[in-house]
Amino acid sequence: MSNNNNTPRIWIRVTQLLKSWKDKLLKRSLRGWIFPILIIALLVLVIIGSANTLVRRIAPYAIAFTIPMLMASLGGLYSERSGVTNLGLEGLMLVGYFATAVTIKLTESTGALWVVPLGLFIGFLAGAMFSLLHAFASINLKADQVISGTAINMLASALTVYLARIIAGSGNVRVMMVINRNDIPGLVNIPILGPLFFTQSYWSTWVALGIWALSWVLLYKTSFGLRLRACGEHPSAVASAGINVYGMRYFGVLMSGALAGLGGGIILVTYSGEFNGTVAGLGFLSIAALIFGQWKPLGILGATFFFGIATTIANVSMVIPEFGVIPPVIFKVFPYVVTLLALVAFSKNSAAPKASGEPF
Amino acid sequence: MKVRFKSNSFVIALSAVVLGLIAGGIFMAMIGSDPFEGFLYLFKGGLMNIERIGNTIATATTLILVGLSVSFAFKTGLFNIGASGQMLIGGLCATLVAHFVNIPRPLYLVVLIAAALVGGAIWGIIPGLLKAKFNVHEVVATIMMNWIAYWSIFYFVPAFLKGPFLETESKSILLEKSLRAAWLNKLFGGSQYINLGIFVAIVAIILIKFILDKTTLGFELKAVGSNRYCAEYAGIRVNRNVIISMMIAGGLAGLAGMVFYTGYASNMQIGVMPSMGFDGIAVALLGASNPIGVFFSGFFFGLLQSGKGFMNAMTDVPPEIADTIIATIIYFTATSVLFKRFWDWVARLLSVKFDKKGGN
Repeated sequence: MSNNNNTPRIWIRVTQLLKSWKDKLLKRSLRGWIFPILIIALLVLVIIGSANTLVRRIAPYAIAFTIPMLMASLGGLYSERSGVTNLGLEGLMLVGYFATAVTIKLTESTGALWVVPLGLFIGFLAGAMFSLLHAFASINLKADQVISGTAINMLASALTVYLARIIAGSGNVRVMMVINRNDIPGLVNIPILGPLFFTQSYWSTWVALGIWALSWVLLYKTSFGLRLRACGEHPSAVASAGINVYGMRYFGVLMSGALAGLGGGIILVTYSGEFNGTVAGLGFLSIAALIFGQWKPLGILGATFFFGIATTIANVSMVIPEFGVIPPVIFKVFPYVVTLLALVAFSKNSAAPKASGEPF
Repeated sequence: MKVRFKSNSFVIALSAVVLGLIAGGIFMAMIGSDPFEGFLYLFKGGLMNIERIGNTIATATTLILVGLSVSFAFKTGLFNIGASGQMLIGGLCATLVAHFVNIPRPLYLVVLIAAALVGGAIWGIIPGLLKAKFNVHEVVATIMMNWIAYWSIFYFVPAFLKGPFLETESKSILLEKSLRAAWLNKLFGGSQYINLGIFVAIVAIILIKFILDKTTLGFELKAVGSNRYCAEYAGIRVNRNVIISMMIAGGLAGLAGMVFYTGYASNMQIGVMPSMGFDGIAVALLGASNPIGVFFSGFFFGLLQSGKGFMNAMTDVPPEIADTIIATIIYFTATSVLFKRFWDWVARLLSVKFDKKGGN
């Protein structure tokens, strides 16, 4: 191997690096790349389209639809990563939606600045409290998590309307104080991106994105996050390392309730303004986004944004003739169909947490 | 002699019902109403006179068929949470037949039933195929199918079956095209809702009972449900049985849709996910997945649903209390391990006492 001795060390290092990169590129399945590529493609499309006033008009709506879904989906991520399937996201969102509405309704006569943040916080807490039911059933009692989640959905939809009738006199709770849309000073002047992302935005959007970023760091960059994720893959291994699996799973489920509740609250203070007893399947759409996003933070960001755009196009297609050529039903059905397709495509090597749904 | 008292599924289901009713009573008391009075009117509203009994039977018919669908899938170890979507599609097929098929009544009824069966079965067979071929979890797949059905109907009905007054509902079907029969209405004191569906439900119960208990197919389905690996080892084609089970479950839910949309109601409303699809889970759980049990539990839940309007008229309790009670019962069924422990503990206590008294 005289040849080897003659080559400079640095060159060996470089070829090794290149080889490992090549291996990585080849080994990483489609799944690893699909979401970064998807997001980049979306961004490119959006930037190209930003010259178009149409894109500029629907972008704020698409973002507004995305954020509640992102929160619930992120909640689902916590829960599933810790090993508990949570089909109750729809109900938990509804609880947050209701709690925020009631809180704002009762305090808005003060007209103070803290009314809306307090409402969102109460929505966050109410979601967490309600999810305790699911946590107790699925962690302590090893109950069927699908049945428990379904019960949560039904209980939430019955109980919130029941309470709304008593508190507000009818099934609907209308509030006056919501979040106003504002251009972000400074950032709005950035060429291309400014008009798309920083015009007419709600402050809650930025809070939600902050929570998303923090969750990513927490789940993927800390030892706590590693433990939590391990509970969803192989709980007995985690337990043998002396970590409290029950505690971790409680944290996961409570976070799912809290974030779904926050998502419900955001629906109220952004585009709805009225509690009407249903979140119209947004919780189930979040579950779809969680699956389509393959249980990864970046994936769910991309998936929820994707679904948010589809929902927006379907909603505005009546008023904007450019979209009229495609029937809106295509856009509404699209998220569910692509989720089914994703499940089929990745069925051989699913990224789902291995122990999700299994009692420990 | 030792007292042999073992908690069986009936005792556990009964405990869940009692606790659900108690929880309902607490919710009534919470708002300052008298729970006893509330329940009195709830049951009176369902059973007060022959007409109300007819309405209760009509409400129960849908629930029995959905409960049968869910419990049939349960027998094969599948969770059909998609009964709502199957109901919608079955109901849509039936509504289409009611609008566009003009043939003599006996033949017409056969076509109507066949259409609803096929519609529901198609919606059920897709998750079954996905489960068998790609190992996609049927819970997720049926949820997606629910929302695909929901949005398809949302756009299909206004486009092709629009009613004369409202955008949100289909044209009413003619009375002679519905499942209602004059003699039946007369028999039940002029009840508006009672229809021939109850006979469909009874025939379905007998057929399902026969299939499950007396045929090879039923044996294979149950074998797959109790241990799919054992069944596979014994030479039973698991995948085929999964598909057949979901197909039949879907067909039953489709029949429920027919009974609801062309018997109980006379048109389809858009933007409403039929809650009976989820109530059916409660019916199946309480009926211990036994066709005869489903019959009685369907009546019980039908009674709760049909009496709530009267109760709301006579007291201050909102009608959502019925849904709250049903959801609570499902939650308590999910956490049935608690009751199992409790009753086993009681049994132990009793047997110890008897041992001391009687010796041996």
